[in-house]
This record gives sequence, structure tokens and C-alpha cells, in this order.
Amino acid sequence: MSQFLPDSVLTWLPDVIQLLYLVATAFFIRGLKLLNSPQTARRGNMLASIGMLIGIVVTLFDQQIVSFELIIIGVLIGGLIGAILAKKVAMTAMPELVAVFNGFGGGASALVAWGELARYESISAIDSTGMITIGLSVFIGSLTFTGSFIAFGKLKGFISGNAITFPGLNIINIGSMFAVLVLIVLYTINPANTTLFWVILGVSLLIGVTSVIPIGGADMPVVISLLNSYSGIAASMAGFVLGNNLLIVSGALVGAAGLILTNIMCKAMNRSLANVIFGSFGGDGASGGSGGADGDKSVRETSAEDLAIQVAYASKVVIVPGYGLAVAQAQHIVKEVAANLEERGVQVKYGVHPVAGRMPGHMNVLLAEADVPYDVLYDMDQINPEFASTDVVLIIGANDVVNPMAKTSPGSPIYGMPILDVDEAKRTIVFKRSLSVGYAGIDNPLFYAEKNQMFFGDAKKSLQALNEALKDV
Amino acid sequence: MSALIFSLFIFVLACFIGFELISKVPPTLHTPLMSGANAISGITIVGALIVAGGVGGDLGKYLGLAAIIFASINVVGGFMVTDRMLEMFKKKEDDK
Repeated sequence: MSQFLPDSVLTWLPDVIQLLYLVATAFFIRGLKLLNSPQTARRGNMLASIGMLIGIVVTLFDQQIVSFELIIIGVLIGGLIGAILAKKVAMTAMPELVAVFNGFGGGASALVAWGELARYESISAIDSTGMITIGLSVFIGSLTFTGSFIAFGKLKGFISGNAITFPGLNIINIGSMFAVLVLIVLYTINPANTTLFWVILGVSLLIGVTSVIPIGGADMPVVISLLNSYSGIAASMAGFVLGNNLLIVSGALVGAAGLILTNIMCKAMNRSLANVIFGSFGGDGASGGSGGADGDKSVRETSAEDLAIQVAYASKVVIVPGYGLAVAQAQHIVKEVAANLEERGVQVKYGVHPVAGRMPGHMNVLLAEADVPYDVLYDMDQINPEFASTDVVLIIGANDVVNPMAKTSPGSPIYGMPILDVDEAKRTIVFKRSLSVGYAGIDNPLFYAEKNQMFFGDAKKSLQALNEALKDV
Repeated sequence: MSALIFSLFIFVLACFIGFELISKVPPTLHTPLMSGANAISGITIVGALIVAGGVGGDLGKYLGLAAIIFASINVVGGFMVTDRMLEMFKKKEDDK
């Protein structure tokens, strides 16, 4: 839009653009800061979106931009799709949606770098730094794109949530990554060789697929936050390509934020990032872990009526939600049961493990949708000291995060993972469809503990039955 | 080369700011933080605008168009869904 401005303005326009980019950056930083606290988070998101608007509007005045048809078409189409997705998608599908948005972000960065390459009449006009940054941007952007869509497929159930792997896959993945880096260097030296570009693009897309496919469902929170980090780094790389500070800074902020979340998730599982990426944890082949003979294990079953009496006369009940709650879409009925109990004077709290569900904070979003106030949701460190004084723990769709083998059995794959100490409560009730193993593929001794009772069935139906039974108590 | 060094400086400093900013986020906000940050990564739309609207061959323009569509989905959808989530987060009312 710079062509509409008088020449006197044009001389200082580039500086104004840069200064306003700085303002946009400040909005992003302030916005992220406010996203750290529940009271201010909504304002933080608002500030960040204002920063984005500033960045976009200011860029339209960039003298490099001469035509607007494609821009208008693109923003309208993309904006509409984004808005519809954001409005229509159910809260239970949030992990999938985050994965999809992430994929589009990464894909956009790769396309920007590719487009920048294609804009030059002769490729030799780009200097070697330009070529390297274009290569890296295409690499990271493409693998974020395909990786996110594989994660989406796994979350949606199109692709098996189990770890799909074969011997040597890790070596192939690591080898391909090195190969792409070497190819980028070769391409920089010899930019006329367009075949190299296609190979870089193709292999990068493929790495996104092969590096996410072997990761099991329970590790999805790590994968999602790592891909989030990648999409930031991809944006930053695109910034290097264009020499645009706004992109470099914003991308770096997102990259760092994603890495921190990834780290929190890894810590919550007591595993290193390398172990998550290359460990292929959670295969379906693992058969019942190291457990002994099946014959000596028996579980105690409970019924809705029996359970209703137990919880109605308890003084403190803790609800431990897991992925099964999301699958059964039981968040609303949980809230009803809790409200019912609170009316009777029972103290109800929720204990949420950091990696419960399929993305960081999954359970919190789910329960928020059901109007559960966030201050009755306790994280692991807060709730663990309280189990000893808890009468009944309702474990709904959670398994590995309450598995005592993480504390007692050094040979177990989840050994060392911090868990919710539900076994310290007077009684635990496990809502579960069957006795099958969790995503980690290991048996859970909690089910057979003397203090535990199983309530078999779909979580939603079981809770509805409990709610009905509570009326008669 | 000096331009690249300058950019690297900015990149590294911004990474440190990012680490400081997000260091102690409560678990309640993990998802909104992630999707909000994700929307910010859609800033790549700024690059897409320059590629799609700038001078250059047709291929570049259409790649730019695709980038704008992708990035717009990311930006608009990301901010809106984050807002939708945060709207649901409520504190316990004191009416009881």
C-alpha cells in the first residue's frame, strides 16, 4: 500500500515499519507473560492477537508488496477456515486441533522459504547464507507439517495410537536428518541443481512421518509440545530467510515456550526427550509386564449402589481423571456427581497428573468445559500429600499415572515416573472398561490391591449410574 | 555476513526471553499457552504476505498464496480457539 503514500513519507517508511514491528514484538512478549496466570491469560491472548494484527497491517505498507489480490484471497480463505475450525470443533477434540494448527504454521514457514527461492529469477542471485536458511526453513517447516498431521491422525484414531516401529527405524531417522543437513550444504554450494531442492523437501516431509509414527499415544503430550516448538523455530528460520526481525523474535519465543513445555512433560514422566523420541514406548506387544502368575490375582468389583453409599458418606473425595475421561466424554457427568457430593457436604477435589491425556493440560481444558472451576483442580505436588486423608479416590480413565510399579518395581518401563499416590487413600475406585493394560503396556498392581474396587464399564455410563444411585442414598 | 550475525544475536536473546517468560506456568494453562504460542508462530504470515504480494514469478506468488492460507488458518484459528478455551476457565464462585 506504499504506492498510495507521498514520496516524503516513503523515505522514512522502512524505519517506521521496523519500529512498529518492535511494538508488535512487545505485545507478544507481554501477551505470553500474561498467559502465565489464569486471571490474566485471556487478556494475554488478546494482546498477542493485537500484536499479530499490527505485524500484518504494517507489513502491507512494505514497499516490496505491489499486488494485493492474492493476499486478500489467501487471508479470506485461511481466516474463514481457521475461524470455523476454532468455533466448531468440540473441546474433546482439542489435541487434534492444536496439532492441525501447528501443522499449518510449520507448512506456511516452509512455503515462505520455498516461495522466496522461487521469486528469484536466477538462483545464483541468492547468497550462501540465504541458501542455508532457506534449506533449514524448508527442512524444519516440512517436518513440522507432516509430523503434526501424523500426530493428528494418531489422536483421531486414523493411525494406530500404538508405537509403530521396526528395527533400525531410529537409525534411518537420524541418518536422514544428517543427510538433509548435508544436502542443504551441497545445495548451497551448487544452487543450480534443483534436484537437490526436491530431495531436501521430500526427505524432510518423510522425516516428519517416520519420526512421529513410532511414538506411542501416551507420549503425545511431549510430541505435541515439541512440534509446537518446531513451528516456532520454523517461523524464526523464515525470518532469517527474509531478514525480518519480527519473525525471528516471535518464532524464537514460541520455540522456547514449546521447549519448556516439552521439558515439563518429560520430567513428569521421568524420561529424557531422547528416550521419548527414540524409545518407541507403549507398543501393543508388551504382554502384562513382568507380572507373576495370573491365577493369584483377583479384583473386587463394585456397583453403582455400593459406590454411591461409599462416596455419599465420605468426608473427602478426590477425582483422578485420565485420557479415558476424554474418550468417554464424561467431563459433564463428573461435574454433576461432584456437585451432588458437595451438596451433601463432601469435600471434592481433582488430582491432575501433568501428562494425563494427550496434550499438556488436556484434563484442565476438558474439565473447564464442564464448568469445573480451575481452583479445585490440583496438580500432582499439591494433591499427593492429601491422599492420606482422603476417603475415596475415583480414578476415571487413568491408568499409568496411578501405577504403583513406578515406585516399587525397578524393572518396569515406567519406574521412576512420578505418580499420583492414590494408594495412600483409604479406598480407590477404578473406572475402567476392562482389565486391559494402559498405553505403557504394563499391568497395574493397583487394580488388585486390597483397598481397590473396580467399577467396570464405560466411564460416562458408570458415572450416570452412580449419579442415579446417589439420589436414593 | 554481519547481517546474519546480527540476526543470530536477536534470535538467541529472544530464546532466552522465551525461556524466562514461560518458566513457571501452572498446568491449568498448559494447553492455552501452547495454542496461544502456536498462534504467534503464525507470524510467518508476514513473510507470506511479502512473498505473495511482491515482484517475482508465478510459482513464487502461488507458493506465497498457499503460505498465506496456511498461516491465516494458524493465526485466526489459534487465537480464537485459545480465547474460547480461556473463556471457560473460571474461578470457583463464592456464592456457596
